[in-house]
Amino acid sequence: MSRPDRRVIAGVAGLGAVGILIGGAFAGLLGEAVNDWSGAVSAFDTYMLRVTRFTLWQAALSTLLSVVPALLVARALARHPHFAGRALILRLFALPLALPAIVAALGILALLGRAGLFADVLTAVTGTRWQGIYGLSGILVAHVFFNLPLATRLFLHALETVPTDQRRLAAQLGMGARASFRFVEWPVLRAALPGVAGLVFMLCVTSFTIVLTLGGGPRATTLEVAIYQALRFDFDPARAVALTGAQIVLTAIVVALLMRLGANMAGDANLPVASRAPAVAGRAERILNSTVMLVALLFVAGPLAAIVISGLQADLARLAADPAVHAATATSLVLALLAGLLCVLLSLSLTMARRAMELKRPRNAAPSLLERMLDTGAGFVLVVPPIVVGAGWFMLLRQTGQVFAIAPVMVVTVNAVMAMPFAIRALRPAYDAASARHEKLCASLGISGINRFRLVDWPSIRRPLCTALAFAMALSLGDLGVIALFGSDAVQTLPYLLLARMGSYRTADAAGLALFLGIICLMLMMLVDRTRSRT
Amino acid sequence: MRDKFVSLFAFSLAFAAIPAAAQEKLTVYTYDSFTSSWGPGPAIEKAFEAECGCELEFVAVADGVALLNRLKLEGAGTQADIVLGLDTNLTYEAKETGLFAPHGISLDKVDVPGGWDDDTFVPFDYGYFAFVYDSEAIDTPPASLKELVEGDPEEKIVIQDPRTSTPGLGLLLWVKAVYGDEAAQAWEKLSQRILTVTPGWSEAYGLFTNGEASMVLSYTTSPAYHEIAEDSDRYKAASFEEGHYLQVEVAAATVKGADNPLTPRFLEFMTGPGFQDVIPETNWMFPAGETSGPLNPVFDTLVQPAQTLEFSSEEVARNRQEWVNEWLGVMSR
Repeated sequence: MSRPDRRVIAGVAGLGAVGILIGGAFAGLLGEAVNDWSGAVSAFDTYMLRVTRFTLWQAALSTLLSVVPALLVARALARHPHFAGRALILRLFALPLALPAIVAALGILALLGRAGLFADVLTAVTGTRWQGIYGLSGILVAHVFFNLPLATRLFLHALETVPTDQRRLAAQLGMGARASFRFVEWPVLRAALPGVAGLVFMLCVTSFTIVLTLGGGPRATTLEVAIYQALRFDFDPARAVALTGAQIVLTAIVVALLMRLGANMAGDANLPVASRAPAVAGRAERILNSTVMLVALLFVAGPLAAIVISGLQADLARLAADPAVHAATATSLVLALLAGLLCVLLSLSLTMARRAMELKRPRNAAPSLLERMLDTGAGFVLVVPPIVVGAGWFMLLRQTGQVFAIAPVMVVTVNAVMAMPFAIRALRPAYDAASARHEKLCASLGISGINRFRLVDWPSIRRPLCTALAFAMALSLGDLGVIALFGSDAVQTLPYLLLARMGSYRTADAAGLALFLGIICLMLMMLVDRTRSRT
Repeated sequence: MRDKFVSLFAFSLAFAAIPAAAQEKLTVYTYDSFTSSWGPGPAIEKAFEAECGCELEFVAVADGVALLNRLKLEGAGTQADIVLGLDTNLTYEAKETGLFAPHGISLDKVDVPGGWDDDTFVPFDYGYFAFVYDSEAIDTPPASLKELVEGDPEEKIVIQDPRTSTPGLGLLLWVKAVYGDEAAQAWEKLSQRILTVTPGWSEAYGLFTNGEASMVLSYTTSPAYHEIAEDSDRYKAASFEEGHYLQVEVAAATVKGADNPLTPRFLEFMTGPGFQDVIPETNWMFPAGETSGPLNPVFDTLVQPAQTLEFSSEEVARNRQEWVNEWLGVMSR
């Protein structure tokens, strides 16, 4: 056989780095846990079983409600590239990612809460005093608010890999909405579906603030809450390790099932989405798609508008002149940029390695474990709570006495790794499609290594790469979890400042900072769009 | 040979000089709202540094619970001379770690309800938990915990989770102190009035000021903030007949800090006006020591609890798990 592919080596190195981050954290916790294992044994009682059941149930429902509509919205967006509000929708859809959960929750409650904008209407409709959207429905609405936009953007990326030729051919063959969905769009969406659904599922499994705040009480509790409690209040590393282990195993089972379901659907999958309009595909489809896009836009823009309105009531001029805000904004941007770059680098190495391995294996052979790891393995970092990573490394490094100094490094690395699953979803369809087109050509021309990357791969992955970077940056902007146990003054980010203000009666300041955070994120997206269009 | 000896001597002298210089510095671990620009930290730092001619460094960790965890993690190798910001629910557990040293100062100036007598922990402020209500939504607030529990289920309250929040744990103990063995039944009744249970104080208070609920679990001092900083008397605390649960915040020297001569000096300073004057209007708690003058008159208008409710730190440490489980059992039905 030939010498090992350099792409595979790079990918394995990337995967190794992720492994060290997670493994190190577990090593740190286990080192502490050997003193007392009782917490791990007693972790699984009937109460915890109930918590586990609820965790999986709400995550499954949230995934279903986010992903299925996202398929429709993404398809509508793909079929109407000249729709008036399209650019606005895409930019707004990047915002929820950057918002701290409590800000989003307050935005949703401003509409659907007990004192929300629609409370009177809902009281009239239901006939009883509207008690606010607390309980499972509140959790679901918030999760869909976060994940529908994410899934839509990822599906749209998959759809954008459909070659123009195919679309033209479909048009020439007179394919209507239904036929072109079935033969052109669905195969691409189906390939992306298990990955996107898995990602959304993992995000919902680990939900914390949303579940507690909107869930209405401890009836709605996730494993993540129990892990947090074990580490922070009970200081029981053994219990935290046991619960995190359970969370990873359960999620792995669900994701494996999802992959299987995705494959089974392949036979005859035809979602009842396309209009029954004749192949001429005129008005009916346009109206349907416009409605889909508009509804999605309103759903996401509603809470965002509430956040903007409450933000405008803050003393924005004073906030804008506040040196603490300047410092926090700078810290946030620098950390987010570093995390974003690291994330894109790692994700690209994994994506390229996976593709290289896929090319090497015989057709129809099952992918090896390493190949699977390169694809979905990295995704599992999402179900390792940031507080576990933080605490584990803290314990590992405390002997060095340099725990304070490494806090920023931790924040960057953990954010980068946590954003990888998103970046990989954005990168992979484009890279794989480009590779399918160019692989033989490169081989016959003998182009490889950096030249190949520069001349062949770069032009086709440049756009998704920018998107991945923006995604990763937006995610890191809104992150809070990693610093929960670390010295916090070392890393004063914008969301951190926001929560600090909120925690000391300065609610208006917090609302103003949420607005700042949103604006920064929006500017980031516009910047990315500009670099993209300059291609 | 002799040269070597001399240089070795000089070297050890230089080395000895470093710790001597480092003694001019005091490191205090505290929670982050203490050191924020609107918190008491900056003014206290200035006042103490002027008095001692030394350097005072605050290191901020999220909150009281995180503070203790942090110290447990760092163990004897900690850089902290003093840990400031634990509350009385944590002191027993903190003492058990063996990481804290006796303070060795006079507690004459210390003034907290029920008196204070502890050789390790020194109080720096205190407050009472209370339900704060929106006077534009509620005309007659409940006059007792019993009235709250049995009140109109249509009138909603927001509380915090005792598993993740200090006030949440405070309410749990409050109900236990009033209802004893019947706490579970009380929670069952109260649960009908609970709109939602949030992970922390911020989320609950945010929901309250957004109008989602007309009452929230907070402190008797909360209305003072709104009156002094926002000039608004809309939010008031309800006074409960059975009394209010007390929270005392304390500081203590670490074993490492016991060697630093600045440590007792700071603890002593903490009980006097240089520290205490700042507390009421930055930390929004009552001073636990001597102030140079009377407090802002607004503080006199706040709820004065008829009785102070409190469990000993040891009782809390022994029963917390069981009581939280009891609460969980009722609340997750």
